[in-house]
Amino acid sequence: MCLAIPGKIVHISSDNHDSALVDVVGVRRKIDLGLLQDDKPAPGDWVLIHVGFAMSKISEQDAADQMNTLRMLGEIDGAMQEIQGYGLEDVN
Amino acid sequence: MRFVDEFREPELISKAAEEIRRLAGTERHYRMMEVCGGHTHAIYRFGLKDILPENIELIHGPGCPVCVLPMGRIDDGLSIAQQSDVVFAAFGDMMRVPGTQGSPLEHKARGMDVRIVYSPSDALKLARLNPDKHVMFFAIGFETTAPSTALTMMRAKAEGIRNFSVFCNHVTIIPAIRAILDSPDMRLDAFIGPGHVSTVIGCRPYEWIAQNERKPIVVSGFEPLDMLQSIVMLLRQLKAGEARVENQYKRVVPWEGNRAALRALAEVFQLRPYFEWRGLGFISQSALRINDKYAEWDAEQRFAVPGIRVTDPKAAQCGEVLKGVLKPHQCKLFGRECTPEHPIGALMVSSEGSCAAYHNYEHRKAAMVSLNSVA
Amino acid sequence: MSAPAAVLAESAPVRFRDPQIEMAHGAGGKASRKLVEGLFAPLLFGAAPGPLADAAHVDINGTTVAMTTDSFVVKPLSFPGGSIGELAVNGTVNDLAVSCARAEALVVTYVLEAGLSTQVLEAEVRAMAKAARDAGVRIAAGDTKVVEHGKADQMYVTTTGIGRLLPGVSIDPCSVRVGDKILISGPIGDHGITILLARGELDFEADLRSDTRSVLSLVETLIHAAGPGIRWMRDPTRGGAATSLNELARDCGLGMVLFEDQIPVRDSVRGACELLGLDPLHIANEGQFLAVVSPEYADAAINALSLAPGGSEAQVIGEVREQPAGTVLVTTLYGGSRIVDMLVGDPLPRIC
Repeated sequence: MCLAIPGKIVHISSDNHDSALVDVVGVRRKIDLGLLQDDKPAPGDWVLIHVGFAMSKISEQDAADQMNTLRMLGEIDGAMQEIQGYGLEDVN
Repeated sequence: MRFVDEFREPELISKAAEEIRRLAGTERHYRMMEVCGGHTHAIYRFGLKDILPENIELIHGPGCPVCVLPMGRIDDGLSIAQQSDVVFAAFGDMMRVPGTQGSPLEHKARGMDVRIVYSPSDALKLARLNPDKHVMFFAIGFETTAPSTALTMMRAKAEGIRNFSVFCNHVTIIPAIRAILDSPDMRLDAFIGPGHVSTVIGCRPYEWIAQNERKPIVVSGFEPLDMLQSIVMLLRQLKAGEARVENQYKRVVPWEGNRAALRALAEVFQLRPYFEWRGLGFISQSALRINDKYAEWDAEQRFAVPGIRVTDPKAAQCGEVLKGVLKPHQCKLFGRECTPEHPIGALMVSSEGSCAAYHNYEHRKAAMVSLNSVA
Repeated sequence: MSAPAAVLAESAPVRFRDPQIEMAHGAGGKASRKLVEGLFAPLLFGAAPGPLADAAHVDINGTTVAMTTDSFVVKPLSFPGGSIGELAVNGTVNDLAVSCARAEALVVTYVLEAGLSTQVLEAEVRAMAKAARDAGVRIAAGDTKVVEHGKADQMYVTTTGIGRLLPGVSIDPCSVRVGDKILISGPIGDHGITILLARGELDFEADLRSDTRSVLSLVETLIHAAGPGIRWMRDPTRGGAATSLNELARDCGLGMVLFEDQIPVRDSVRGACELLGLDPLHIANEGQFLAVVSPEYADAAINALSLAPGGSEAQVIGEVREQPAGTVLVTTLYGGSRIVDMLVGDPLPRIC
């Protein structure tokens, strides 16, 4: 149900646009793009693969945003505590 | 590995664990259920329990499609494949699951043509390459996997491949969550939501959990940082008294789900009025059957199915463990009559089943801890 | 498998209760162990308890020789990096090497399936001859039988090897101590994943080759650099490193703690394992060996191995601790840990 891995689309078949070759650190397999008809990926795109089908495109932007959020964990709350210490929230 | 290794960065994991400890404090005990078997597996694989504070309890939910499959359905599927020239094709997960006469692998040892496939499309390929045989794909899985089965059947129909059928055991996640919440013994604070099911169904289907049941739910990815971040998000909601659906797994889960996948489901399947879930009993509108348009590819229509019902021994407390009411070791059969080598209940068979996971990991670690504290 | 010392001992009671033999019994994991310990050992080796080793020591008029046997039933016969011929030679040479013996001669039996193409047979025999030359071992004699079509998956090969003990080293699982270091000679999982992909059922491709090779020269290098400090060695074939280390943990009653970030795994093996839900620690290797070395000798051991041909990827992957006793534990840099058990049978791909 849950095992799905990111892979990079290397090649899309010319005679069957739903068939693509995907690469996962050097392991390659043909996968079916039929579930991404509404948002067709292109070679170079990253997709989430489950039982030989692409389930979703991976958003590099969202991944980067998430990494930023994770790097700032603790810092925002720490900063908030510091500001609260100044008593500024009483101004309103 | 890209989009994997970044989310396993040790420094960030330590940081997230620290934030969890800070948020969790020491006064309150938090009970969070991870619905999906894949999350259960991730918790053990990455040793996440070691870095969470003691007052956060992770309870394993029923999202293990192998675990909730009644033994009778395995018997039914195997009985179809008893016929000569029928190939039983299934995912590796199914191969050691016992039916009353043995598992698929044991049947293979006795001469049945049993093949492990990675994808339903591999099963269809087998049918294409072996026109003299009938390939029956024993399908399991939640909404993550069902669209792939659906699309495969659509391809079989389009190509006119007649020596292929599907024995469909797909189940849906929402009724399972409902059954958990309806259980009177249930004491849960929050849910770690199934990330990959949500790539198909989106996040809307969980809104009733937040709005009606007042429990926060965060749809989570499967890497350590994903799960830890989800726990941070849940703690923040719980501390603020909020109950919302949040999407932690944004890089992959669209809020509205995957329309093309949902269309494929609607094209091929319809809901069964009810279906038996091992350990949970009959749940209405909780499973998929193949609709009449695809009757020709429905193994239950093509073949006579005995419709065997097998009840688990009364002593097996799979249901209570599935609902998170009992811990695995509290079941009377755990570790004695029921072990991973001789499973009585399905929670012991699948490696992501609570009991197998507990037996393989927790049990021995608990022994280790108690020895350390004695020393 | 072989038994320590006891010759002509009385049979012990059979404890194996499974009604029939399954594939799992040959996979090298828990089921295999149950069969060996519960049926073969009591009947063939008698009441002799104690650890089962890769090779037997046999005393002939005051000279001790090492002997071992192994059978090869691989499918497909030929795969990237090798074929059954190489496996048959290297497997037995390696079993002797990790038992501190230099293989002197092999005898081989072929069970051939009627209908097997002569071209295929010749290719395999040539491969075996070459592997023997590369390994510096003589193939002294052989036997062949032919069985009906359908009874032998093209061919089954068994090799039995005899060798002389290497001086300067003496291994025993009971000599393992807390603080000892666990070493691996190179990346794990290459062979098993290569075979899995070569079978074609899963439709994956990768630039991967079996790691089949003789590890004798690396073992000799290790003995030369760290002989007195070597406690135990094993070649982790079927069942993988997890199985070998679990057996050691059981035999010495200590804990094998591995550091996940230090276990060498090739990218493509890792990728295949992630895709299929497999753990590289359970995957077979045919050209690697594990060693447990006392801490005083560990640095010398790794330095020597990494400078030797074929040893550049040797690594310390863990250490022996008191807890968790009898168990293999993998730890991560961030403080998480998981127990790694022996599998029951062969590792199966999963989708959940």
